[in-house]
Amino acid sequence: MRKFSHLEGVAAPLPLANVDTDKILAGQHLKTVTREGLGKLLFSSMRYHDDGSRRPGFILNKTPYDQACILIAYENFGCGSSREHAPWALLDFGIRCIIAPSFADIFYNNCIKNGILPIQLAPDIVRSLIARVSDREGARISVDLQSQCILASYSKIDFDIDPNHKKRLLEGLDDIAVSLRFERDIDAFEKLREGQAKLFPPISLNASELQA
Amino acid sequence: MSTSARTLFQKIWDSHVAGALPDGRSLLYIDRHLVNEVTSPQAFAGLRAAGRTVRRPENTIAVSDHNVPTTNRAGGITEPESRIQVETLEHNVSEFGIPYIPLLSPLQGIVHVIAPEQGLTLPGMTIVCGDSHTSTHGAFGALAFGIGTSEAEHVLATQTLPQNPARTMLVRTRGHLASHVTAKDLILAIIGQIGTAGATGHVIEYCGEAITALGMEARMTICNMSIEAGARAGLIAPDETTFAYLHRTPGAPNGEDFEAAVAEWSALPSDPDARYDIEVDIDASTIGPMVTWGTSPQAVVAIDGKVPDLMSLADTAARQQAEQMLTYMGLDAGQPLLGLPIDTAFIGSCTNGRLDDLRAAASVIGGRHVAQGVRALVVPGSGLVKRAAEAEGLDRLFIDAGFEWRESGCSMCLGMNPDRLAPQERCASTSNRNFEGRQGPGGRTHLMSPAMVAAAAISGHLTDIRDFG
Repeated sequence: MRKFSHLEGVAAPLPLANVDTDKILAGQHLKTVTREGLGKLLFSSMRYHDDGSRRPGFILNKTPYDQACILIAYENFGCGSSREHAPWALLDFGIRCIIAPSFADIFYNNCIKNGILPIQLAPDIVRSLIARVSDREGARISVDLQSQCILASYSKIDFDIDPNHKKRLLEGLDDIAVSLRFERDIDAFEKLREGQAKLFPPISLNASELQA
Repeated sequence: MSTSARTLFQKIWDSHVAGALPDGRSLLYIDRHLVNEVTSPQAFAGLRAAGRTVRRPENTIAVSDHNVPTTNRAGGITEPESRIQVETLEHNVSEFGIPYIPLLSPLQGIVHVIAPEQGLTLPGMTIVCGDSHTSTHGAFGALAFGIGTSEAEHVLATQTLPQNPARTMLVRTRGHLASHVTAKDLILAIIGQIGTAGATGHVIEYCGEAITALGMEARMTICNMSIEAGARAGLIAPDETTFAYLHRTPGAPNGEDFEAAVAEWSALPSDPDARYDIEVDIDASTIGPMVTWGTSPQAVVAIDGKVPDLMSLADTAARQQAEQMLTYMGLDAGQPLLGLPIDTAFIGSCTNGRLDDLRAAASVIGGRHVAQGVRALVVPGSGLVKRAAEAEGLDRLFIDAGFEWRESGCSMCLGMNPDRLAPQERCASTSNRNFEGRQGPGGRTHLMSPAMVAAAAISGHLTDIRDFG
């Protein structure tokens, strides 16, 4: 997993609540078997006209926000589908940090898995931060995970984060490798389970019904 | 309060903790991993790149549902990218030895329809899938939730997921649903009340007489849309209705084993004095047939209601967002929803694509015909649902009335297969999401119950099922 420690760059304001994963990456763009190359399809309905030309008014089409590595939005960011394609698209565009008053659960987890830092701040702080970065002069901010603070035009904003999420982001830990260190526990659990096989039967499909 | 009183969620959690990670999270053992073609390719690729195997192929089941065309199945998939995803899944299940339901099998269908009908979803289990509507399976008293692709890879490799326990929310219904008011209306009303982020971080348990009176298919409709309230999962305590359903499924235990299982399952419901982090009351008896007017499932009113007056929204941001919704939906503030003309009607999806849903829709027809200019699709949730509906003659009722009778799949619930809306097309839909572009770029979705969609298809506009004799 990619590490996250410190980030400095342009923050793009997206003053919308309930930005859903269909909006971040539309269903018709999920037909891929890799994680790469989705950045150009990020927010496609807001970024492009039907003929594929750019909508000049959309924030990620404007300088300097087209170089954004931080996104700031309102409540319940990432609601809807579990598609990890949404954080993959954000990452491929260059977004490494999202600031919002709240996030949807699955999206939040998917961010952590991909080295994207989701920062939760009080709604009024998010509003003032959006106002600040909406001025091009104030668009560059920095985020430091170790010290849990954001620096935006000479002011410092502290943020909270679950210590586990912080550690995983800082160290870029491979969750699977960590869990596999506990394989003996899983073995032991499955051994216990053998006595309950009738409650948790293995899946076996009837071959004749499958073909019928 | 007894300190040992536990909720259904806590009981399932406690019986699935396989280990404790150094970071304080638990390794939650997963009984069922459902796999589809869209969210799994990168998980298998990751597994392969790390030289890992699938720990428990026999706890895993795969099927293609999102991408598949619902016409001319034998003709294969013509969209190359969709075909590659399905072929990639076929290659992966064969390499890793995972049970798979092929596209041409009569058992094929939407994974959240198939697993319950095959009896793969059992009370007290943990069930995950790279799909947010995995919450559906909570109708059986199983802890079921959607996961991302990285988490799917984790489950494939370890049969566990690192988790912190969720908070719990009790949604307690009072009274019974009125005539013509369905599980879909109830869950839309609940989402309207608590909001799309109302249950974030929580597992919702639904209870009360309006819930226990529901059959299993209707309970699945309720739990299915838990995610639209932001919940990690939805749960309904298993009871005699659950056991009677399971008894007919091939995957449930047989004979004496079934009786033994029922005894175990009967201990799952929350203890009477168990505590929840949040409790919400809802009066089921006052709910009418519901219709969404906006691009979020919480933007919902009763069919005899109106699009809200924007001035009633105090917050400027909320007003701006509502304005954007109305612009997208082509509606005006304060406009009544009754009589709004539709272009398309869609009956199907993991929310409302089961036999009872098709029966409810068919019962509305009464010898009438789909309105001129309206395209109406009926897409059974699985091959078995289709076969059962045909055995009852529902297909003839639909076809004679001008509905298209399709093969099973996710179809128009999401714009990933050939069934989609054209820009600005307005659709009465039994699906679960009305997000911008969900059913196709620019498409306008109104969520409602199967009977309401059928009534809209026939009359050509949004109609109150209570007045549709």
